[in-house]
Amino acid sequence: MRTIVFDIPAWPGHRAGQHLDVRLTAEDGYRAEREYSIASAPGEPVAITVERLDDGEVSPYLTEELRQGDEIELRGPIGGYFVWDPEDESPLLLVAGGSGIVPLRAMLRHRRGSGSEVPVRLLYSSRTLAEVIYRAELDEPVDGVEVVYTLTREQPPDWSGYARRVDDELLGEVAWPAGEGALAFVCGPTSFVETVASGLVELGYPPPRVKTERFGATGGR
Amino acid sequence: MEALDGNAIGGLLHEVFGAEMTTAMGVCADCGAAGPVAELVVYLQAPGTIVRCRSCSSILMVMVDVRGTRCIDLRGLAELESDS
Repeated sequence: MRTIVFDIPAWPGHRAGQHLDVRLTAEDGYRAEREYSIASAPGEPVAITVERLDDGEVSPYLTEELRQGDEIELRGPIGGYFVWDPEDESPLLLVAGGSGIVPLRAMLRHRRGSGSEVPVRLLYSSRTLAEVIYRAELDEPVDGVEVVYTLTREQPPDWSGYARRVDDELLGEVAWPAGEGALAFVCGPTSFVETVASGLVELGYPPPRVKTERFGATGGR
Repeated sequence: MEALDGNAIGGLLHEVFGAEMTTAMGVCADCGAAGPVAELVVYLQAPGTIVRCRSCSSILMVMVDVRGTRCIDLRGLAELESDS
């Protein structure tokens, strides 16, 4: 896992939750392109967090070969659906599976940077504690932000968080009650997102208040 | 093959339409289901990119590069309306 910060001279600015495309061109002209969620808040230098996939075409280069000072071809910002703006004053429910935390982290940083006081609950499902990204940052207490972890594969001996996969029952315990008018952002592997989104609708969340983003299976998930 | 969603083709659609399209509303020509492009079912690893209706699985869009030409088939959509 590596977080890369870019210095982009003509960057038009981005919204929390947007992506960018990284485009790599080989000497023979072969081109590979991948979308990455932007990990930083609007106004901060653009950053992405990349997980190395053993059979990946782009991530091994980004995680191992890219050096400070290198130039790279980017396109963005992309997307306008899975974005959060502080003008929305509804309570926020953020649900992340694995590296689905990346765009949600941008939202949390944007909330803090913009002085927004909307109450936030983050439910973050990870296989192990070691796989939790941004852990130090997420564990810093922030007024109005509640972080709940569930570790699905392996838990430390003194673990006090959840230790099972996210299901309707767990959502019922963690999510804002439907009557609160919360806005939900769910990001993770496809099957995770399907489970969470249908669970929230089951709890009474109107489908348009449940924004989803699915990403492909990654090494071993 | 794993299904993603329309967020994954925001860049490709921007290239094709010249605008942010994940918030555009698409209407399925088959079942009439309407929703934002971001919520449609997307298969990236097919030969080309296939976009299906989340309600009835009909094919709504196909985007394929053939010898340097980008071919776009939108026959599965009754409407595609962008607010941007």
